[in-house]
Amino acid sequence: MSAVLPTPLAAATIVPRRGLLLGIRGWAGVTIALAVVAVVVPVANLLVPADSVFHLSEFAVQLVAKIMCYAMCALAMDLIWGYTGILSLGHGVFCALGGYAMGMYLMREIGSDGQYRLPMPDFMVFLNWKEFPWHWALSDSFVAQMALVILAPGVLAFVFGFFAFRSRIKGVYFSIITQAMTYAMMLLFFRNETGFGGNNGFTDFKRILGHPIATPSMRMLLFVITGCTLIAFFLMARAIVESKFGRVLQAIRDAESRVMFTGYDPLRYKLAIWTLSAVMCGIAGALYVPQVGIINPSEMTPAASIEIAIWTAVGGRATLIGPIIGAFFVNGAKSWFTQVFPEFWLYFLGALFIAVTLFLPGGIVGLFRHEKVLALLGRSTRKEEGSAS
Amino acid sequence: MTPDLMRAGAQARRYAEQRALAHQGSASGGRIASYSRVVQPGQVDIAHGAILYLDDITVSFDGFKALNALSLSISAGEMRCIIGPNGAGKTTMMDVITGKTRPDAGQAFFGSTIDLLRLRENEIASIGVGRKFQKPTVFEQLSVFENLELALKADRGVRASLFFRLSGEQLDRIGETLVLIHLKDHAQRAAGLLSHGQKQWLEIGMLLIQNPKLLLLDEPVAGMTDEETERTAELFLSLENSHSLVIVEHDMKFIHALTHGNPAKKVTVLHEGSVLAEGSLADVQQNEKVVEVYLGR
Repeated sequence: MSAVLPTPLAAATIVPRRGLLLGIRGWAGVTIALAVVAVVVPVANLLVPADSVFHLSEFAVQLVAKIMCYAMCALAMDLIWGYTGILSLGHGVFCALGGYAMGMYLMREIGSDGQYRLPMPDFMVFLNWKEFPWHWALSDSFVAQMALVILAPGVLAFVFGFFAFRSRIKGVYFSIITQAMTYAMMLLFFRNETGFGGNNGFTDFKRILGHPIATPSMRMLLFVITGCTLIAFFLMARAIVESKFGRVLQAIRDAESRVMFTGYDPLRYKLAIWTLSAVMCGIAGALYVPQVGIINPSEMTPAASIEIAIWTAVGGRATLIGPIIGAFFVNGAKSWFTQVFPEFWLYFLGALFIAVTLFLPGGIVGLFRHEKVLALLGRSTRKEEGSAS
Repeated sequence: MTPDLMRAGAQARRYAEQRALAHQGSASGGRIASYSRVVQPGQVDIAHGAILYLDDITVSFDGFKALNALSLSISAGEMRCIIGPNGAGKTTMMDVITGKTRPDAGQAFFGSTIDLLRLRENEIASIGVGRKFQKPTVFEQLSVFENLELALKADRGVRASLFFRLSGEQLDRIGETLVLIHLKDHAQRAAGLLSHGQKQWLEIGMLLIQNPKLLLLDEPVAGMTDEETERTAELFLSLENSHSLVIVEHDMKFIHALTHGNPAKKVTVLHEGSVLAEGSLADVQQNEKVVEVYLGR
């Protein structure tokens, strides 16, 4: 073969520039986000007096914290849908499982301060249970429950994914069985016998690690942890999609048979990203529950899982900043709409999804990469390439 | 006991151990290795001359026999052209070799020891069988460079690719391949933006960079210009001897260019799932049965 080749070769011309994870603007963005989450918001909420213009209300902090948890789910969805081409309609379950694992711990932390003044959670007293069911055995240990936050969604996703991917279930069929799983899990958690509080779920949390949960400083601490986790997830996702592993995922999305005949085993790659994605959702759920103060099976409705896909699509698939923007945009709009025109919210959501599918295949981020929009903003297309995430 | 007696004893024991090791043999292919040649798992054994051996392969889809007791043997370093009318089973044959379709009956061996019917697609690809599809299949959203990078010979595991870094040697290999397939100026372009012929070349490049021992090429010059076809023929001729090639093609001019009228190069004609004729292009073209089913029309 080498006989045909002119050997000296300017290798530099063909090598793509890689390795810094983000461009200068990207790192600047991450730094600003970190500063906002860890400094600006805490100061504006805790230190600035309530009558000042710069004061951030408790409500706003809680709303942003909630949306940041949603953004983590959307980011996880993007890894599996945007990059690997597998549409999951079951990510709400993984999120709820993480939430329930956290909720079990918080229920135990209530101790004897519940309505019945007994050392068991109220719903168990109500059901006349005398001892904890087996799956509550470790629930008084914070460490064990945090392990469960990762293990419960992780193991479910691994087992489910292994059988689905091994049977080569793809495309819409995979989406349908994830939806079926969601429905089955929801029905299971609605039952009182399952031991998760039935349709009321868990609520009325009092303490976390012995500290009262409803104080402003505890809320702020949870907010900062949530924000930092979101930024860490973003950087991790960036490292993944920039690696060869990430390019194999995109290759699976574009031509799975070619990936197979190139010697890669798609099962392992899909299973790895699917499980990781589920664990990310689980962690998001665990951060969501103490801030919102309730977890019940309505988080497992099929619609909740579909919403995660909508955030991702609206923000822009196969970009990492897209799903975060999408989660903020859709949930921000939801928060505003449900206050102003509560009855029209679902119509608006439906119209938004249709509009994005028809006119904005690249989502909001795709809009800003469109040539005409760039021209309008006075930027060239070339400049934008690579620098934005 | 004297020292030299002990030494002699140790030597005798070493010999005995080596002989015992050679006697153990391996389960692969159901045969036992001889003293001189120990079967090594995962290594292609071409000591008997054949790199691919299909015997009595039958595949039926809902009663329709796509392959009907097909037997075929390809020698190491051989370039074999396969022709046949539509539905003759050419693509199904490739599916069987690459593990995509499991036959109802028959045997398929790579070298004389590796049973292809026991392996999955990706395993068959990693032991050195490369396949080009009829429709060019490349990773459209990735650049030409990234397409080749993924095809590069490297650990295919998840963890290995998460921490993968290109070495200088691998970079040179990608560069060489880019020159070979005439896509050096397009290295950073998305593969989806290439012309049909260029995609064919890229796919061929992705095969070559893996350095497979056996190349299966399904209509490699479909959609290429005359000049590109000529260059492809040249490329394949340069691969002959170092690789074994199986080329399925309809384009008689291309096959003619590949065989150069050399009677030693065999052409196989498939018809209704089995071999109708085999021989040099001239012989095959004169064969009455072949003329009847295929060339005469």
